[in-house]
Amino acid sequence: MGALEAVILTIITASTPLLLAAIGELVTERSGVLNLGVEGMMIMGAVCGFATAYTSGSAMLGVAAGLLAGVVMSMLFAFLTQTLMTSQVATGLSLTLLGLGLSGLIGEAFTGLPGVKLTVLDIPFLSDIPFIGPILFGHDILVYASLAIPLGVAYVLFRTRLGLIITAVGGNHHSAHALGYNVIRVRYGCIAFGGACSGLAGAYLSLAYTPQWIENMSSGRGWIALALVVFSTWLPKRLMIGAYLFGTVWIMGLYVQALGVAIPAQLLSSLPYLVTIVALIIISGNKTLTKVNTPACIGQPFAPER
Amino acid sequence: MKKLIGSIALSLAMIFAAGAASAADKLKIGFIYVGPIGDHGWSYQHDQGRLAIEKELGDKVETVFVEKVAEGPDAERAIERLARQGAGLIFTTSFGFMNPTLKVAKRFPKVKFEHATGFKRSKNVATYNARFYEGRYIIGQIAAKMSKSGVAGYIASFPIPEVVMGINSFILGAQTINPNFKLKVIWVNSWFDPGKEADAAKVLIGQGADIVTQHTDSTAPLQIAADKGALGFGQASDMIKFAPKAQLTSIVDNWAPYYVRRTKAVLDGSWKSSNAWDGLAQGTVEMAAYTNMPSDVAAMAKKTQAMITSGKLHPFTGPLYKQDGSLALADGKVMDDGTLSGMNWYVKGVDGDLPK
Repeated sequence: MGALEAVILTIITASTPLLLAAIGELVTERSGVLNLGVEGMMIMGAVCGFATAYTSGSAMLGVAAGLLAGVVMSMLFAFLTQTLMTSQVATGLSLTLLGLGLSGLIGEAFTGLPGVKLTVLDIPFLSDIPFIGPILFGHDILVYASLAIPLGVAYVLFRTRLGLIITAVGGNHHSAHALGYNVIRVRYGCIAFGGACSGLAGAYLSLAYTPQWIENMSSGRGWIALALVVFSTWLPKRLMIGAYLFGTVWIMGLYVQALGVAIPAQLLSSLPYLVTIVALIIISGNKTLTKVNTPACIGQPFAPER
Repeated sequence: MKKLIGSIALSLAMIFAAGAASAADKLKIGFIYVGPIGDHGWSYQHDQGRLAIEKELGDKVETVFVEKVAEGPDAERAIERLARQGAGLIFTTSFGFMNPTLKVAKRFPKVKFEHATGFKRSKNVATYNARFYEGRYIIGQIAAKMSKSGVAGYIASFPIPEVVMGINSFILGAQTINPNFKLKVIWVNSWFDPGKEADAAKVLIGQGADIVTQHTDSTAPLQIAADKGALGFGQASDMIKFAPKAQLTSIVDNWAPYYVRRTKAVLDGSWKSSNAWDGLAQGTVEMAAYTNMPSDVAAMAKKTQAMITSGKLHPFTGPLYKQDGSLALADGKVMDDGTLSGMNWYVKGVDGDLPK
């Protein structure tokens, strides 16, 4: 295996969970809801995915359980913020804390057990092509999902009626309501989609990235996903670039260290975050770009007038 | 939530304590763990030590433990509560418990404290650590024998003497087999981040390392090695079940002999504050079974292990050269413990700069 090939493969695995979680949050935010509970939904997806895969022996069942766990967590958030009108910021933060604690409790019995690894989808002939084979055709189903979902989301958002409705609800919920759309129902749906994607991201961590359960194994990836959504100015294709940029800088930091280049290890470790911050500053400098795509109603509660 | 679990554990401990109060002549021994006992690494091995005390001394003692105690103010509360419940001997098993242990020890002069890996002692606080570098010398030799590419990868946590002496010992062992052996080091700035450890392992293997070893606590690097057809070593406990085809051996922490010895000392009144630094000879450092290697390599490893155990061989014996080529230890001299425990430089043969 060539060095370049190995680096590219590592970048793909590092970027996949970020991209999965971020694309879900992008849709949630497009509908005008800010869910800061990504980290909590992700870690619940990781623990439920691992527990199910370990008990049943099937990694695919684990993926399904991870998705479901993300949806259940997000529905709790939706009920509190959409039906009971609680603050989205406070509820999202507590969702993260709840997820981290609850996952530790559920995972207690599963720490230190060897996991079930999600198998690579082997495509006959195509996977055997040197270099291109392993890079394009040598992955598990979640890697492909992480690339297909943003493309699908881009299509739905900009080419379909449903996309227009979501954008309308996020842009001006009063007008959308006046036009006869059920704002709350649309938001429930988008929150659930966000939860499902975060759950998948978690399942990827405990079934493919490092197939085992460890408390707090998401180690902040949910927060990076949140930052990536802003970085992308709510555009799915740009989000893909952002996630891969972060993954690349992250892996290159390790790569450069192993080559023995004299750059302090601590600086290399913080480089991905620095790059993201710089990118955020540059992007928020472009006012029109940000204004056009920011969902105007983000974070605001909606109470239909009777 | 962590705190909640901690306090549940504590209240359970208190209930048990109340129940056993009638048997007041028993010595109560408390343990504070930084991780869950199911971590299959550091805390797990300490708990094995606790179980060994129970097995060995049976009805003369009674043990309680609190797991997942965060380093910091929480630790002080947890230690103090154990002391208040009448524990006569308390083991605090992480470096970060050093100051909390000393503070509580001052308030409870009659209680004996044992702090792992620390360097501050007092009249009733002893410290203990293990000579893990002895094991690293052996795995360095195995690595050099088993590697086809002549390159090993080392995933390191923090640039503290404990970790640096491990890296040096590994390369010194490897050089006895292959003087040109190369070692690539990645610092991940964490004791425990499976994702990052896995990434580092992949990068090292991608750069030509066919042996991976780590001074971090998760099983992730070993699993990656198994996955990519490389070989590796376990850390802290025997990790063979995570990589049955890739683990060559594992440096196992065995605290049981020390724990039993110190408990007996308290029971017969001979306990004194001291600084224990035990290794293979005392059984605190153990090597897991030598697997996945030809019998001549296993025989060599066993021979080295026997020589270190009997004291015939010390990994840090001169002549030793620093990375820049300057002489660090004269020919035939053995490095003293003081110099060893303050080590902050690489020996010749390690690639890259040591972060400061």
